[in-house]
Amino acid sequence: MTIKEYKEYVKAHTQKTNEVKTLTLSFIVGGIICTIGQGFLELYKEILPTFDELKIGSLVSVTMIFIGALLTGLGLYDKIGYHAGGGSIVPITGFANSIVAPAMEFNKEGIILGTMAKMFVIAGPIIVSAIVYSVLSGLIFYFIGVI
Amino acid sequence: MEMFLRFLSAFAIGGLICMIAQILINKTKMTSARILVIFLSLGVILECFNLFKPIKEFAGCGITIPICGFGSTIVMGAKEGAKIGLFEATTYGLTYVSAGLTAAIFFGFLMSIIFKSHSKRK
Amino acid sequence: MRLSRQTFLLTKPVYIASTMSLAGPYEAKGNFKDFFDYVMEDDEFNEKSHELAEIKMQKYVVSKLLMKNNLEYKDIDLYLGGDLINQLTVTSFSAKETNIPYFGVYAACATFAESLIVGCNMLLNMDRVLCITSSHFATAERQYRFPLELGTQPTPASQWTITGSGALILDKTSNNCPKIVAYTIGKIVDLECTDVNNMGMAMAPGAADTIEQHLISRNQSAKDYDLIITGDLGRLGRDTLDYLLKEKNIVATNIINDCGAMIFNKKQKRGQGGSGAGCCSLVFCSYLYKLLLSKDIHRILFVPTGALLSKDSPLQGDTIPGIAHAIEIEV
Repeated sequence: MTIKEYKEYVKAHTQKTNEVKTLTLSFIVGGIICTIGQGFLELYKEILPTFDELKIGSLVSVTMIFIGALLTGLGLYDKIGYHAGGGSIVPITGFANSIVAPAMEFNKEGIILGTMAKMFVIAGPIIVSAIVYSVLSGLIFYFIGVI
Repeated sequence: MEMFLRFLSAFAIGGLICMIAQILINKTKMTSARILVIFLSLGVILECFNLFKPIKEFAGCGITIPICGFGSTIVMGAKEGAKIGLFEATTYGLTYVSAGLTAAIFFGFLMSIIFKSHSKRK
Repeated sequence: MRLSRQTFLLTKPVYIASTMSLAGPYEAKGNFKDFFDYVMEDDEFNEKSHELAEIKMQKYVVSKLLMKNNLEYKDIDLYLGGDLINQLTVTSFSAKETNIPYFGVYAACATFAESLIVGCNMLLNMDRVLCITSSHFATAERQYRFPLELGTQPTPASQWTITGSGALILDKTSNNCPKIVAYTIGKIVDLECTDVNNMGMAMAPGAADTIEQHLISRNQSAKDYDLIITGDLGRLGRDTLDYLLKEKNIVATNIINDCGAMIFNKKQKRGQGGSGAGCCSLVFCSYLYKLLLSKDIHRILFVPTGALLSKDSPLQGDTIPGIAHAIEIEV
């Protein structure tokens, strides 16, 4: 059997993910997480009328990140992720999960070289790309303004 | 009633974005780091072309809670900074998302001290 | 005696004198729950980290095995074994305090076969050799995949690393026990599979090649065996192996099976089944050995399979090479 034939065999016979189930679950879980965020947004708008939109938005993010981090710490987020897939990865709670999970996993190697160093094995690309986007877009908009 | 509609649209748009992510996962077997970077970039692009705000007015947290919101806030900051000067243009992006970033790293550190990862396979 | 480039017939038989198995809590709920000697209550095994737990598992299995046979550490001439963790630290650390001469061997999940083959050869000048392998879900997950708490979704083709350890003693005198008759050293076969979540299909061509070589060199057909059992191909890999063997004109559909595919029952929902260096040793040292001892089956071809990749090699664009070694065991 040649490599090409085997590749075709593998492609044809590997089980496919159950699209209906995974898509429905990710839709529902993702939707629920966003709705909870909306709930906090409405709440903060109500009790903190002096805050501007940016501050309220940041507070909602911080709250959701805390919830994501706590659920990860309690060992529940990976169970949610097992069923929800994309529904629990894309919301900001998933970003929190991707920082907390390695931090907890690698704390056996010590606080400095374990937790602190390996905290970013998964979230590192996100933070780096965020900073790159920040600088580049700042430069672009600055020079557009100058011209 | 108006509030209910806001919740409903947040649920629908948020769910839709997560579903697109799931389609990507199913089709390409991408892992979470790549998915997050892609959706961050999506937010950045939408904000660069001023498309994020109209969606946000409709969807509320449906688009800001997914990582796209993080991307758009960066560009929002950069735009604001660009009005002041070159130094601010390059640093305000991060200033605007500093709360979220700080929270994620601080809580990550905190949780790693309090909790221990378990192999739960029940 | 050398039968071909890869296949060797043992002129003096090597006997598998005794075995011992320790299964994780989840494995103990599967199909072989009545066959395991000892079962862990949880994956931590009262240790601080999962790596320490795996070391303790190996120490536990070795001490129970020696106790069962009224042996001491000095009665064992060689400690042969391996695991999946960086630089074989688990096996080396568990062998440290025994003061037994030690070889660490590595062939990913086929390590158990490699240790048996090396053991057979070392027995020419030794009396007793101990072979052991282990794997642990949490240590393998951290080594090859993601942190445990990360919310990821396994693909349908993925397998789950077994928590468990199996050990056995080889000697030249226990002549009422199952004996190793012949073995085939496998070649690395790479049909350029790239999906790290589909190991079964990456390893199946290696297993098919080794089984074919063994049957040709021994001048046998698949019907001469009661069971041809592979290591950790999973259900998908087992079906692929069946197909590949048919391509080579070897009909063995009802004879081949797979340790990883058999270990979990359907209710446990574990993708294609179990995997890991401990998978084949756990199943062999419990279920298969007991079947052989009770003479329910008389001759098996035991073919542990391994995927020789590291965490980084797929990222660098390398494909996943597979290997399998075959061991013919009779009673």
